[in-house]
Amino acid sequence: MVALSDYLILGAILFCLSIAGIFLNRKNIIVLLMSLELLLLSANMNFIAFSHFLGDITGQIFVFFILTVAAAEAAIGLAILVVLFRNKRTINVEQIDTMRG
Amino acid sequence: MTFQYGLFMFFAALVVYGAVCVITLRNPVHAVLHLVLTFFASAGLWMLLEAEFLAIILVLVYVGAVMVLFLFVVMMLDINVSETREGFVSYVPVGFLIGLVLLLQIRIVVGSEFFGLDQYPLPVPRPADYSNTAELGYLIYTVYVYPFEIAAVILLVAIIAAISLTMRRRPESRKQMPDKQVKVKADERLKLIKMDAVVSVDKKDQGDDV
Repeated sequence: MVALSDYLILGAILFCLSIAGIFLNRKNIIVLLMSLELLLLSANMNFIAFSHFLGDITGQIFVFFILTVAAAEAAIGLAILVVLFRNKRTINVEQIDTMRG
Repeated sequence: MTFQYGLFMFFAALVVYGAVCVITLRNPVHAVLHLVLTFFASAGLWMLLEAEFLAIILVLVYVGAVMVLFLFVVMMLDINVSETREGFVSYVPVGFLIGLVLLLQIRIVVGSEFFGLDQYPLPVPRPADYSNTAELGYLIYTVYVYPFEIAAVILLVAIIAAISLTMRRRPESRKQMPDKQVKVKADERLKLIKMDAVVSVDKKDQGDDV
């Protein structure tokens, strides 16, 4: 049968893949945002697995709110991206250095 | 190996495959499509975990709205792929190493010796008339009603922010100004001028017509 540890390890694999994705695609802001979505998904996976095995539905409520915040974050992030591309004609993170960051 | 375990392995393999493709593919459009695959497989896993409402929400809201928004933005922007891929290969070792170290560390903590079936046995199956949606709704509208309203405000802020960020004010575009339109008086729009009647020079033609 599927144990809790299987779900936790799957969440860990997803988390590490998204961290690796943030390192690999440092220049492409869109893939950075997508890695962030994967990160939140892995957290949600853990929440739901614990909620199932502990018989406590509060974990699912948390996932509900995380999904809300993630949707808002994606919408604002993409809006900023569109404005950025309109003004600078690039999404390369290295060329976005107006503020000397 | 039970049927459930086979399903779990199938969906887990899809999730991992999709995630690997998301972070390695060249074309951002393909990356978004693989992200959609990952979300679908995760929804299947959540179904296995008896979180039916959230699985449906993940497919409807996340795949249906957020991922389509991603796809829309990726397709709208004219991205120079080769430019954003510079140095990808040189980052592979460090990214792989950090991911692996992190995975090993988490594996030490969450292995089956701590979270196996002995420590966390399978929960008792719910009765057939148990409704996950009803249970979630009951909690959201009673215990978690304030967080729920805060979530609504967050969504409202996101809507306003996204619209106000991307709205372009072009000087040549014509738009309505309701405040000025409401306050306008009749004499600002229409001016009556008194003037003497002009006598037509060609009297003969008019006389014939009338």
